[in-house]
Amino acid sequence: MNHSISIETFEHLVGLAALELDASQAEYLLRELNNQLKAIQELEAIPLGDAIQITSHGVPYTVQTSPPPREDVWQPYPDPAEILSQAPEYQEGYIIVPEIPHTDLE
Amino acid sequence: MTPMDLCDQPAYELSLLLRQKQITAVEIVESCLQRIEAVDGRPGALDSGNLTAEDETKVHAFITLTADHALAQAKEIDRKFSAGENAGPLAGIPFTVKDIFCVRDTPSTAASRILANFNAPYTATPVARMKAAGGILLGKVNLDEFTYGSSNESSAFQPSPRNPWNPAHVPGGSSGGCAASVAAHEAPLSLGTDTAGSVRQPAAFCGVVGVKPTYGRVSRYGLIAFGSSLDCPGPVAGNVIDAALMLQTIAGPDQHDSTAANVPVEDYLAALEQGVKGLRIGLSPDYFRITFADPATNEYSQQALPTEIETAVRRAAERLAGLGAEIVEDVPMPHTRYGIPAFFVISRVEAASNLHRYDGVKYGHRTRQAVMDLGDLYRKTRSEGFGLQPKLRILMGMYVSAAQYSAQYYRRALRVRTLIRRDFEDAFDPIGKYRLDALLTPTTPATAFEIGAVYGNSVMMQYADQLTVPANHAGIPGISLPGGLDKNHLPIGIQLLGPDFSEATLLRIGRAYEIASASDAWRKIKPLVLRQPDML
Repeated sequence: MNHSISIETFEHLVGLAALELDASQAEYLLRELNNQLKAIQELEAIPLGDAIQITSHGVPYTVQTSPPPREDVWQPYPDPAEILSQAPEYQEGYIIVPEIPHTDLE
Repeated sequence: MTPMDLCDQPAYELSLLLRQKQITAVEIVESCLQRIEAVDGRPGALDSGNLTAEDETKVHAFITLTADHALAQAKEIDRKFSAGENAGPLAGIPFTVKDIFCVRDTPSTAASRILANFNAPYTATPVARMKAAGGILLGKVNLDEFTYGSSNESSAFQPSPRNPWNPAHVPGGSSGGCAASVAAHEAPLSLGTDTAGSVRQPAAFCGVVGVKPTYGRVSRYGLIAFGSSLDCPGPVAGNVIDAALMLQTIAGPDQHDSTAANVPVEDYLAALEQGVKGLRIGLSPDYFRITFADPATNEYSQQALPTEIETAVRRAAERLAGLGAEIVEDVPMPHTRYGIPAFFVISRVEAASNLHRYDGVKYGHRTRQAVMDLGDLYRKTRSEGFGLQPKLRILMGMYVSAAQYSAQYYRRALRVRTLIRRDFEDAFDPIGKYRLDALLTPTTPATAFEIGAVYGNSVMMQYADQLTVPANHAGIPGISLPGGLDKNHLPIGIQLLGPDFSEATLLRIGRAYEIASASDAWRKIKPLVLRQPDML
């Protein structure tokens, strides 16, 4: 199988990713995506029997090696105002954002 | 010894001299700062203009130098020594930190415009542990944007780091600033991260030691995430003893990271001089060639590694055999070639997920353009803030994890990951056919390439990691050691890979090799930036 990402799919992905691209960026990124996809398609040639499960991380975590879950206890940060001061726009303890678009569900 | 020479000394030697009261921590820091002044040039910055002729001769490891903080910390260490207080195992030892770690009261930029104005409100666990052990933070060093690269050229903070062995060449990446700062003797230690080889590959390119610990050996708390199932913080150092000293400090469980394994940390230093007698060390033909998809022809191409690199590995094997190790040839590692294709999928899915948080609302860059609504703010902010490499990873991650493609790409890649892990389990199985204590391989398929030679071709850039990425998929530890110089006087790296949590054995083999090769002629040769007469 030799798939490639079409312009239409690419534009859909760009929208989902919350990006806007100029023409030269779009051209570069679509070309590189399709080149990477060719490399990825090498995986399709590998015989994978049903017995082969996924590995979501390499090192197994056992009961012995996994730290016990933390107590679910609220730990207040000593200076919330300091955290808030990193926000690009804030007022009276609130982060300010522009109008949030609304869509009425049918 | 004059204070001027101190930055050229290994950390363990500095530690000894400090404890003998022959030198002070302030003298060490001043020596490092003088070296930085002499060789580093201007730090990486946004919108930094064109490169000058002088820029092309400098190292440019740093984004943020914390000189005043370092001198204040050094004075406090000296006070502790004078007062007879315990100053800690890394007391007075300067280190640099890849700017992908949050360090309180420093800009923590990830080498990206989107975080350029972010001041971390807390400190990453490995950095906090080094500081608590008396280590002195000299500053934050440059990297590929969000660690996405193998050359450092993708940093939004230019000039990007250059290789101290030849500044026309890349230092490797993504921990390029770490490796360059250690190779140029700006600091004896540096903290990097390794997601596909990002500690080991630059260490190899810059002729220093780089350790990728077992996944979960070192806490990721405070590390700005790339691939959360692959990221490993690890030491970059000038020699194996210093790397062991640093790993000892940063390793171990952490209540802030539930993936930091609850496994006791061995005494790496105690094991270091035990030699290699009786250890079984493997060589695999699958690590002496690379296979890659050539985008121009759409064909898979298999190439032998440069002879100099294979020779360096085989010479190291002979050395270790001479010390009593048993060398096991022809160990099959058949899924090595699939490491990069699987990484293209897995790391992109994780990266895309991790990058959604940057939106111009809570912290970091926000667009100054007029916006219609919140969605428009997100789009404009992210488009301005991210460079091309993060954008590429977001788009690929979203594509291969989309519902209609996930089984074909993402789930398949995770199953291939199982096969890559099995290669190692078979090789290291204590009752298996090979029963290896370690696998000895080249670290990289080539020595440091020229700046501009690969950048832009995202496929070929990724293949620089073909020999390092299998360890990230499998979670196992690896170490890159200097193994010689090529005909252009660029360093060659050799790599040791071992079973989960076998760092003590890998360091021990590395140390035995280091002692055995100590009088080699190539070890007497200094990086080019340290050979210039006007350097100091």
